[in-house]
Amino acid sequence: MATEARSLVTPELEARRGVWLRERHSEPISASAIRRWAIAVYWPDAPPRLYWDEEHARGTRFGGIVAPAEFNAFTWPVERDPADSGLETDALPGLRSMAGGTRDRYGEPMRPGDVIRERARIADWEQRDTRLGPTLFIHSETEWINQRGELVRSRLITSIRY
Amino acid sequence: MADEDRGEPLDSAPLYFEDVAVGDELPTWSRETGLVHWNRFAAVNDEFYDVHMDDGAARAAENPQGAFGMGMLRFSYLHNLLRAWAGEQVDVRELGCRYRAVNQKGDVLSCSGRVSGTRVEGGDHLVELELDVRNQLGESTTPAQAVVALPSRGGEARGAD
Repeated sequence: MATEARSLVTPELEARRGVWLRERHSEPISASAIRRWAIAVYWPDAPPRLYWDEEHARGTRFGGIVAPAEFNAFTWPVERDPADSGLETDALPGLRSMAGGTRDRYGEPMRPGDVIRERARIADWEQRDTRLGPTLFIHSETEWINQRGELVRSRLITSIRY
Repeated sequence: MADEDRGEPLDSAPLYFEDVAVGDELPTWSRETGLVHWNRFAAVNDEFYDVHMDDGAARAAENPQGAFGMGMLRFSYLHNLLRAWAGEQVDVRELGCRYRAVNQKGDVLSCSGRVSGTRVEGGDHLVELELDVRNQLGESTTPAQAVVALPSRGGEARGAD
């Protein structure tokens, strides 16, 4: 018979479940940022021309440069958002963290000049006993909408706290 | 067909839905990884966690081999696999992965994939895939599932209308 595991869930975490906690806007996406992302993820090979050659990109179904689907439009802010290290971080003092997984659903592509509106929330969690002991798997959802109101991306990040 | 490891677009030979069958294996996309890759990715993803940059910090976090790679870079590598397979214009609808094992310095990561299903839904021609990133020991580090929409010889998928 299993013994009841110690719950890691705090009242602070419970209060955040399902609540949209963060809304912010990106800087306009630059062609340079797209090119540098593509170079980094293909290093040391040249990335596909779609991400850096406007003339080539005009001949594609996109009609111009787009960003790789997994591109990050929220980098290098002057003022750091504490939630960047996890919406749950300050609600779970003393727990260690590991990346558990990432799941993206994609809508419209990101293009140079686009401004992305992001909102994020803790969608859900479950606690299981693992080799790390009592372990929380926290699923945070992030939605990206462009300036035309189109869904760009819905991301579910699983972070592991133990 | 472009060199499978170069990530070159396959515009000259678009992959059609009708060319794909359950059980098809994707050409492997591979990378030897280390700090030169991680530092570049840290710069573009603004991801400067010490465990990815500093051996001492990573050892203190119980990884005796020192600094280790970012999960999100492997997530990008899985996208690279799909782009190398179906071309730079591939319409990835969904990609989800679990980070099962650490990417150590010097690892040779091989991204692989297999078609697990096909379906037509609302006019979209969708292909389901099982993916993974394995290290040089053959260990699964990043099992994943993806859904992509491919053009059909009988009609175009979303984005082309």
